[in-house]
Amino acid sequence: MHFAVLQLPASNCDQDCVHAVRVLGHTADLVWHKDASLGRADAVIVPGGFSYGDYLRCGAIARFSPVMQAVNEFAASGGLVLGICNGFQILCEAGLLPGALIRNRDLQFHCEQVYLKTGNAETPFTHQIPPGKLLRIPIAHGDGCYFADEQTLGQLQAGGQILWQYCDAAGQITDSSNPNGSLLNIAGICNAARNVAGLMPHPDRASEMILGSDDGRWIFESMLHTLAVSGTRRAA
Amino acid sequence: MKAKIIITPKKAVLDPQGKTVENALAHMGYQGVVGVHVGKYVEIDLAPGTDRETARVALNEAAHKFLSNPVIEDFRLEIE
Repeated sequence: MHFAVLQLPASNCDQDCVHAVRVLGHTADLVWHKDASLGRADAVIVPGGFSYGDYLRCGAIARFSPVMQAVNEFAASGGLVLGICNGFQILCEAGLLPGALIRNRDLQFHCEQVYLKTGNAETPFTHQIPPGKLLRIPIAHGDGCYFADEQTLGQLQAGGQILWQYCDAAGQITDSSNPNGSLLNIAGICNAARNVAGLMPHPDRASEMILGSDDGRWIFESMLHTLAVSGTRRAA
Repeated sequence: MKAKIIITPKKAVLDPQGKTVENALAHMGYQGVVGVHVGKYVEIDLAPGTDRETARVALNEAAHKFLSNPVIEDFRLEIE
């Protein structure tokens, strides 16, 4: 399978994402923010970083970059799109995912390992995660506090769109295991159609044991399995 | 001619910056402060002779879709 990894000004996890895809035995190309096409992409990753300096709001300027128009069309046609960290913020700003990411409740930048509990194991991003498996994946963000109004939160819950929640090592979803104040301990969500997902933790930084954890692979493996089953090569 | 856009966090949204500033004011001895909200201020210079109402409509749209995020923020537009 072939991934398109966006490269925006001040993306800094673009190479990590390309590396993670290659470690899994697949191919990836960087796609420059001024490009209007994603090329021959089966899936898209919007990587972490500080696109456009996080000016105005995280992701606010990136969403208007030419390549994001191609991502909008790719997502509308059912293509798989994963946003990681700043990529999650960008997908929210773009309206591809509901809600917003705001400043961490303690105003601190958090760079640490967290545990994630999978809330719905029947999506293209989660179905290969072993039942009950907690993912140990790092976070590195200052603006990762997920916010949405009550109606939106209700829709996320009813639609099985809450993919990952911060939890403790025993899998309990507690306030002390919530690193940033996210409502409902939300670490990652998907859209109603389940082809666009975003999360603040970095599966790209946890895809081989030399990095301390390879739990992030389960997310990429889920996407790859979905693409292998659907058997369609999409282009945008 | 200037447009001024004042962006503030919605009341329902956690505003840790505002809370921290509020606490600091209390520590400094400023009495009677019961709420602080930290937002953003955007000042836009407009070309001389710009039609005020046209500018208002355009900037209202820009503030809604770009300068603020309606999920978490409110804004107020002033043209002077």
